[in-house]
Amino acid sequence: MADKILKELTLKIWRQKDAKSQGGFKTYKVHNISTGTSFLEMLDILNEQLVEQNEEPVAFDHDCREGICGTCSLFVDGRAHGPDDDVTTCQLHMRRFEDGATITIEPWRCGAFPVIKDLIVDRKAYDKILQAGGYVSVNTGGVPDANAIPIANDKAEEAMDAAACIGCGACAATCKNSSAMLFVAAKVSQLALLPQGKIEAARRAKAMVAKMDELGFGNCTNTGACEMECPKSISISHIARLNREFLKAKLKD
Amino acid sequence: MSNFLTSSIGKKVIMSLSGLFLILFLCVHLSVNLLLLVSEEAFNAGCDFMALPFIKVIEPVLALGFIVHIIWASVLTIQNQKARPAKYAKRCQSQNCTWASRNMYILGALVLAFLALHIATVWYQFKFGEITSHYEFVSSFLKQPCFGVIYIIAAILLGLHITHGFWSAFQTIGFSNDIWRKRLECIAYFFAFVFAAGFSIIPLYFMIFGN
Amino acid sequence: MSVIDAKIPAGPLKDKWSNHKAHIGVVSPANKKKLDVIVVGTGLAGGSAAASLAELGYNVTAFCYQDSPRRAHSIAAQGGINAAKNYPNDNDSVFRLFYETIKGGDYRAREANVYRLAEVSNAIIDQCVAQGVPFAREYGGLLANRSFGGALVSRTFYARGQTGQQLLLGAYGAMNRQIQNGKVKMYNRHEVLDVVVIDGKARGVIARDLVTGKIERFGAHAVVLATGGYGNVFFLSTNAMGCNGSAAWQAYKKGAMFGNPCFVQIHPTCIPVHGDQQSKLTLMSESLRNDGRVWVPKKIEDAKALQAGTKHPNDIPDEDRDFYLERRYPAFGNLVPRDVASRAAKERCDAGFGVNNTGKAVFLDFKYAIEQLGRDTIEKRYGNLFQMYEKITAVDPYHNPMMIYPAIHYSMGGLWVDYNLMTTIPGLYAIGECNFSDHGANRLGASALMQGLADGYFILPYTIGDYLSKEIQTPKINTNAKEFDEAEKHVTDRLRRLYDIKGTKSPDHFHKELGHIMWEYIGMARDAEGLKKAIELIAELKKAFYQDLRVTGEFTAMNNELEKAARVADFIELADLMAHDALNRNESCGGHLRVESMTSEGEAQRDDENFKYVSIWEYQGEDKAPEFHKEELVFENIQLTQRSYK
Repeated sequence: MADKILKELTLKIWRQKDAKSQGGFKTYKVHNISTGTSFLEMLDILNEQLVEQNEEPVAFDHDCREGICGTCSLFVDGRAHGPDDDVTTCQLHMRRFEDGATITIEPWRCGAFPVIKDLIVDRKAYDKILQAGGYVSVNTGGVPDANAIPIANDKAEEAMDAAACIGCGACAATCKNSSAMLFVAAKVSQLALLPQGKIEAARRAKAMVAKMDELGFGNCTNTGACEMECPKSISISHIARLNREFLKAKLKD
Repeated sequence: MSNFLTSSIGKKVIMSLSGLFLILFLCVHLSVNLLLLVSEEAFNAGCDFMALPFIKVIEPVLALGFIVHIIWASVLTIQNQKARPAKYAKRCQSQNCTWASRNMYILGALVLAFLALHIATVWYQFKFGEITSHYEFVSSFLKQPCFGVIYIIAAILLGLHITHGFWSAFQTIGFSNDIWRKRLECIAYFFAFVFAAGFSIIPLYFMIFGN
Repeated sequence: MSVIDAKIPAGPLKDKWSNHKAHIGVVSPANKKKLDVIVVGTGLAGGSAAASLAELGYNVTAFCYQDSPRRAHSIAAQGGINAAKNYPNDNDSVFRLFYETIKGGDYRAREANVYRLAEVSNAIIDQCVAQGVPFAREYGGLLANRSFGGALVSRTFYARGQTGQQLLLGAYGAMNRQIQNGKVKMYNRHEVLDVVVIDGKARGVIARDLVTGKIERFGAHAVVLATGGYGNVFFLSTNAMGCNGSAAWQAYKKGAMFGNPCFVQIHPTCIPVHGDQQSKLTLMSESLRNDGRVWVPKKIEDAKALQAGTKHPNDIPDEDRDFYLERRYPAFGNLVPRDVASRAAKERCDAGFGVNNTGKAVFLDFKYAIEQLGRDTIEKRYGNLFQMYEKITAVDPYHNPMMIYPAIHYSMGGLWVDYNLMTTIPGLYAIGECNFSDHGANRLGASALMQGLADGYFILPYTIGDYLSKEIQTPKINTNAKEFDEAEKHVTDRLRRLYDIKGTKSPDHFHKELGHIMWEYIGMARDAEGLKKAIELIAELKKAFYQDLRVTGEFTAMNNELEKAARVADFIELADLMAHDALNRNESCGGHLRVESMTSEGEAQRDDENFKYVSIWEYQGEDKAPEFHKEELVFENIQLTQRSYK
């Protein structure tokens, strides 16, 4: 429980100037890191060190640093969001690492998420999939009273399980096929479970799957790696529901 | 059904249905094979039954099942490879999924290689050779350790393929949820064990008791 | 000094908004198509505004500095959203929500605005449910409510501990639909660095593409700032790392006045600071105070043992525990408003009863709730928060009390706006946390989400129509106008100046320094001497910043250091304004505690005679003192009393 000090860590970090440049690994060392420090704070320390040496700091995405915004990414030591379960990289703490360890840090690798700089990738593809239909088509105003349609507790809970998705991209990043199915399934499943979303469920499933395919994500082979690395533990049972919704929709076409 | 077959889920549904069809075939195949352990007459009778015309017409369908399963698997695998042009330097996949689930294409390819051997040797002889007793032919064939061992390895590879393939097929057609997934996985392991054990017990039997 | 008119409609409180709506201008559908609106920021306020305006037919251009609009920091709001639905039948009403919000804000908010907020609160819940927000439900299928600090009724709707996320994704979905329809043009990874004013009206913005580093211009008939708060001026806060006050600050420098800058909220339930390498503080939802009991040891020797790590909290018997909130405030107990809870925690820790190695923490204990309700119930209610706590601290809160301490959380102050949410620059609006808002000197829990969405869905779309109805003759804004040239040059010069200092210290270094000054002198307790000292220190820091800043990397490329440098530069100036405002307000109210103005029991002592106003500051130029104005607050429907939660 008490924090210890990691005397030295070796960091193998992917550096890439911009989208067009060739990248490569560079090795850095950091010293005296408390185990209570978060992984990103450790990178802050490295960056402060780099600025001191008049070198350009490592660019990485991060924002809320409490595991909810989905901005942080990073493939740490071969795993999306690093060697801990149910966390985002910002929630990963240095107590997961041994003194003297070498840590490999890479950006998400996925054709649909091109690298912008160093460890930052472009995840617009996920926005585009949701733009294709990841919503209920209602305008502001003129909606019925919130309690007009009761929703069974278990349905609401299951919808919430799916809705917990933070869109970080770990599913596609970790999938051996770079498939975005868990991400797509989370939204399709959430809205298909709720009466408000059911109305356009067919249209939604078709549009979102078509967009996902168009953007060059791979095909799901049900390895289940995505749910293991999902910081919100979203179950691949939602993928089954997506498949169901999609098949139902297509059979009616 | 517009564009269904070109969509990612559509392609996987084809994999799923063809896979399930092949599992069905394997059930029949294994049942007949196991007659080898009953008696010569039983197996020969089984073979004669399988040669009846109304069974024969299934053969092209079966072949089609194989071909579709293989071609679609290849298409999907190529697409999946393309979806990640730059690879990771370090990966720990053993932390998050089973070996079989990651290597379905390789397992499939190995099973296919075995299938080629099986067709070239046993199936060809059954079909076009002049065999008096099917039992006699199979027992003398499997007695040879080189073939016997290959058949056992193939049976294990097939079992591994099915550990993932079976439940994955149901997941793809949408027949799964948090409860059924566990059940399907159990059934998958059961089938995998039955096929692996069932198909390898026969060469083992002939290698040990054949002489 | 002058008195500023807030343009509050006449008439009885409950009819103001409906009368106002009935009489303001409306743009015809055909004309809406010809009008462009810029929305800066895509959180609850910005996202909902962008979606609603696009649905109405305006051409919306929206910006966010994040890689996706879904990442805005509204997403981190945990506990819930208030509405006066009265579903639990506990005698809630629009008036009660209005009253409790005004009281919670220590009578420093505008009556008319707060009443309107309470009025539209119900429609927000309806809207969100229609969007597919999976609010918690009872087994009968109807919506569940929970209680929050400062309220006598249960009116908070929630989606586990992720309410902000779900509401934001609802607004994001609505906006996505309009992006798909081509009515919203979304610019991700773009930071707005200036507002362009032509002939006294806001006509566009200058933004930096954070990927290429290019400076770009965008014109529109009206500009809406929904850029959130400036809590990050303290460096350590519960805000996201990128949250900043830059767009609002640049608007201030262009003539938009700033209201109540010294009003910031300190949230009582955050995970304590663990060391000097820390980059940010994590909030544990206020909803935890529903079931958790806050305590410190009664005996100083127990506190010493806890600080030394020689005693385990579970070994301290109940009779030796001081449940100080329950002791001091029997009526509200652990659910007193945030400012009260924060100060009480500080008081105990200052007296030496802190419970961790830094002496700056108190316990929030779930032992009693688990005994009473069972672990399952607690897990269902707060599972994700408990998991989050354990991941950060490596302590299991099911078996050990949590440790919490106050941290900067929200800024009640912000750009001053009139009843129509328009700043003092015509055509420039500020919504959500960005404006000086409806929360007075202290915001109640679960009210930020309410305000953000009220502004974006139900207020701005009406009031902006009034302004735009007079702009239908204005053609598309020409971004080649000289005002755009000047604004772009100003932005480039400013960035260039920072980049060219070529000193030795990173922007973070100065940011941390600023944070120390802020927390020490403009934090939970403020006095005249400290504030004057802070003004001096901030001036020194500013000087050092412009002499010794080092921005590495390239100028016209993705450059996080340059982004940070520009934000810190603005924070330093904002900090100075906050100090001036805090110095001016020689009374204690809500989150603003002046040591000179306290009751004998150590509670905040308001001075309604002299300070019943919104302080408004007008920029006068670089290194010149800002001009001070007032908006007198008129309370016609509420009796001002000393706030009591006893």
